[in-house]
Amino acid sequence: MKLPLFPESASTFAPDVDHLLFYLVGVSVFFTVLIFVSIVYFAVRYRRRSDNELPKPIHASLALEIAWSVIPFGLTIVMFGWGANIFFRESRPPKNAMQVYVVAKQWMWKLQHMEGQREINELHIPVGRPVKLVMTSEDAIHSFFVPAFRTKQDVVPGRYSTTWFTATKPGKYHLFCAEYCGTKHSGMTGWIYAMEPQDYQAWLSGGRAFGSLAENGEKLFQDLACGNCHKADGSGRCPSLVGLFGRSVQLADGRFVSADEAYLRESILRPDAKIVAGYQPLMPTFQGQVSEEGVLELIEYIKSLAPPAAVAGTTPAEINVNPDRVTSSPSNP
Amino acid sequence: MSEHVHAPVETLALREQFNTAEQQKESVTFGMWIFLITEVMFFGGLFLAYTVYRSTYPVVFGVASTSLNAVIGALNTAVLLCSSFTMVLAVRSAQLGRRRALVLFLILTLLLGMAFLGVKAYEWNEKFVEHHVPGAGFHFEGAAEQGPAQLFFSLYFAMTGLHALHMVVGAGILCWLLYHAVRGRFTAEYMTPVDVAGLYWHFVDIIWIFLFPLLYLIDRHMR
Amino acid sequence: MTTAAIETQANYLNAGYGLKSWLLTKDHKRIAILYLILVTIFFSIGGIFAALIRVELLTPQGDLVSSETYNKLFTMHGIAMIFFFLIPAIPATLGNFVLPMMIGARDLAFPRINLLSWYLLVVGGGFALFAMLAGGVDTGWTFYTPYSTTYSNTWVIATALGIFVSGFSSILTGLNFIVTIHRMRAPGMTWFRMPLFVWAHYATSVIQVLGTPVVAVTIVLVFCERVFHIGIFDPALGGDPVLFQHMFWFYSHPAVYIMVLPAMGVVSEIISTFSRKPIFGYHFVAYSSMAIAVLGFLVWGHHLFVSTQSVYAGLVFSFLSYFVAVPSAVKVFNWTATLYKGSISFATPMLYAFGFIGLFTIGGLTGLFVASLGFDVHVTDTYFVVAHFHYVMVGGTIMAFLGGLHFWWPKITGRMYPENWAKLSAAIIFVGFNLTFFPQFILGYLGMPRRYHVYPEEFQVLHVLSTAGASILAFGYLFPMIYFMWSLWYGERAPANPWGATGLEWTVPSPPPIHNFDEVPVVTHEAYDYSTVVKEGVEVV
Repeated sequence: MKLPLFPESASTFAPDVDHLLFYLVGVSVFFTVLIFVSIVYFAVRYRRRSDNELPKPIHASLALEIAWSVIPFGLTIVMFGWGANIFFRESRPPKNAMQVYVVAKQWMWKLQHMEGQREINELHIPVGRPVKLVMTSEDAIHSFFVPAFRTKQDVVPGRYSTTWFTATKPGKYHLFCAEYCGTKHSGMTGWIYAMEPQDYQAWLSGGRAFGSLAENGEKLFQDLACGNCHKADGSGRCPSLVGLFGRSVQLADGRFVSADEAYLRESILRPDAKIVAGYQPLMPTFQGQVSEEGVLELIEYIKSLAPPAAVAGTTPAEINVNPDRVTSSPSNP
Repeated sequence: MSEHVHAPVETLALREQFNTAEQQKESVTFGMWIFLITEVMFFGGLFLAYTVYRSTYPVVFGVASTSLNAVIGALNTAVLLCSSFTMVLAVRSAQLGRRRALVLFLILTLLLGMAFLGVKAYEWNEKFVEHHVPGAGFHFEGAAEQGPAQLFFSLYFAMTGLHALHMVVGAGILCWLLYHAVRGRFTAEYMTPVDVAGLYWHFVDIIWIFLFPLLYLIDRHMR
Repeated sequence: MTTAAIETQANYLNAGYGLKSWLLTKDHKRIAILYLILVTIFFSIGGIFAALIRVELLTPQGDLVSSETYNKLFTMHGIAMIFFFLIPAIPATLGNFVLPMMIGARDLAFPRINLLSWYLLVVGGGFALFAMLAGGVDTGWTFYTPYSTTYSNTWVIATALGIFVSGFSSILTGLNFIVTIHRMRAPGMTWFRMPLFVWAHYATSVIQVLGTPVVAVTIVLVFCERVFHIGIFDPALGGDPVLFQHMFWFYSHPAVYIMVLPAMGVVSEIISTFSRKPIFGYHFVAYSSMAIAVLGFLVWGHHLFVSTQSVYAGLVFSFLSYFVAVPSAVKVFNWTATLYKGSISFATPMLYAFGFIGLFTIGGLTGLFVASLGFDVHVTDTYFVVAHFHYVMVGGTIMAFLGGLHFWWPKITGRMYPENWAKLSAAIIFVGFNLTFFPQFILGYLGMPRRYHVYPEEFQVLHVLSTAGASILAFGYLFPMIYFMWSLWYGERAPANPWGATGLEWTVPSPPPIHNFDEVPVVTHEAYDYSTVVKEGVEVV
């Protein structure tokens, strides 16, 4: 019978969280023992010996009150800083991270690699390379939790959430859904397979039954006839999508938004939410016509449309093609 | 307790937990203020949801707001302000011990409150006719984005609906006051119920003063 | 006064015997007993659900009940325990009974509203009970959208209605206490002569009045979304499901303090009485209650660290959470310091108070763990959190509730409970509690998610330990139920002040007369001045 008392440590974050745990436990044990020992000692030492005892009242000591407010507070601020530091790094995926898309639904995990591999309730990743997950849900809220990596992130319908980790040790690790999502919540589990890079390459080239995400996205782009309006040279009724990803886009109301995954998703599903400056709100919604996976494939295709060299020099002003075509500007009277 | 022996038997007298009439009056008034604080927090949740969604969908909220009839809304605001005025006069009449004036002003307040609810019912009916009621049959022609437009009308109905519910409760309280006022149970010395009912009525009025611009007027300046 | 005189004296218990004399009573003492019966029923219901959960978790396969049933069990356990036991437990029973007496009042400011509060809890509890019997509800007590609004096929509407109605019970109790404390204090009872129990209830009432309406309106919106499909939180319409979590926790985090602040008040009374010393740092303990009430409203976002809330919001909420730790720590240190050079008696209430301090210390310190961002990412929604809040709510609130019940039982019933049985069950509860919940800290750090019906088998040993502890705990809770009932008929008659305590409630006979005081008391001493009750005292060196 197995009785583990400490979880496996298999990501770059795991030792950081464990060290924080040791500090937290250290502080807690100190104070718990201090309180327990004081209570037991006082209770025994000053036990009532006769019924009409009247101890002398001791009212307060400002110095003591300040001491036992300030010293513990100082110790907790260390907890705050330490935890915040880890959290901050967890929320900043490195640029070179390999990306995997995750779509959660009751009660399974659907994962897609850029190269086209699709997995259900399993994720194969190479050791030593940062992996960034871009996740959304088709129904209730779920949460992607890998105890051995000490990472967890809610997966919320209607938006993308991201998390990342770098596995450090090959092995098979639990994947849990941590946010209660209905009847088979406890069945929404899976495995993370962390592999040596060469094994991962072998796995990757093993079964390529589907095209890469971008290839599928291109096919979908053509099936939906998106290119009729989004012409590559910018001559269409809608903005060109070439080199769009990652740029800053000016909207009709004057704001600038960054063209990230969330923006592209919103523009496909709710095109009127953010109108690019200089264009009419002509695009119909694709809500209900494209699945969450389809949206991800389209996004990946749009990402692949980056022009070979010109990206670096683009500024937001260049995208604001023709201010005369602005039709409605609600923020300006 | 000799201080209330001389009071008429049918007066809503000093309750046994209080030592003096003054303590009772203070307690009841203070209790009503605390209750109004809970009401502020109650409506506060709705105002929070409104703030979040309006900042997320400023354009759609503007367009949807413009579809409401601001003239009727303004008229209703005037009706409600008048009812607050007559309520103040009712409280004043009670303080001065003028029974007939108290009854008159209570009736006027009640009528104005009913007028407000009537106009509100007319407005809601319009929404049904126009398919602006959230749910399966919802359709808002002014914006391509039906979702956020529906959010606006959901908030419209939730906020005006809860406000109207408070008006109905207020009308009930007015009827109760009227019943006792007609029987002469309020005197210049004992009129706390009129006083605290007035506080409640003004509070419901103030909620509307916030609802009216937030729901009806946010995008008028453009046109 | 002779024994015979006490027996024949008119008191609130022998003032009337019919059912009507109870169900239409406006006496705060009788209403307190009505509450005591009601919350005991809900504690038993919640306890049965807990027992079924623990038995199910003995094996990893999920073979006792189906997943649907299991999900309903933990949901209904949470709802029964939180909304219908923990929140009303101390304020509405012990608070209702002793608070007016402590400040020298004949009753609460609004006795009829007090009775209305009880009926609201009955009606709300009735809705919840109906939902449970009709088939149950499976959303978790947190009702997270969009699961609760769109995907659950269970009795969400009836349960939501029940919680909404019982919320008004809580609001009205808080309102009643605030007005009573402001306006009904006896001559000489200044703010800083009030027992700390009253201060704690004042702080609690502030939270009830400010927080509960927000969850009420949130529940109204969930209700409307299910019934009318208006979709305030529906992502398909562009609504934000995380907004629900903000609105829910804006109440439900302070609600934790609704549960634990009154417990702290009870502990202050007990520690002082059984060490015969004023609470060390009285002012600091009083202010710390108010500080907890205020700061408690600024930290709700620490439940949302992984919810897609912004990173910066997470930083702010984490930072603010550590401020709440200070007033809680101040209380624990002051209680401990009170024992120094006291005259410590080991009566049953004192044992519970010691238990409270120990368990609350662990519960509070593990609160520091989960307030730390990087740590919480790993343990949130795991058994670590489950263990943490059970240490605070079961180890804290229930220990204090039982301690307070033993402390005031002679006053409430006029009978003493059997001391040895009481001490035994206090010890059993302490051991059982730790065995139940300490393994869950380890489970949580290992990664066992909460609300799991089926779990990987490497977690089984710790689950078996936890279930073993829970069976001991269940026995511990059964004992007081039995001997308290027994004492009503066979217990020794209680004198007015069996403990040598100082509160005004101990200056009147046990059980107290109908209007508490024959004449309005005049207060001339500070709180906890034991020279007024210990005659010819022997100075302790």
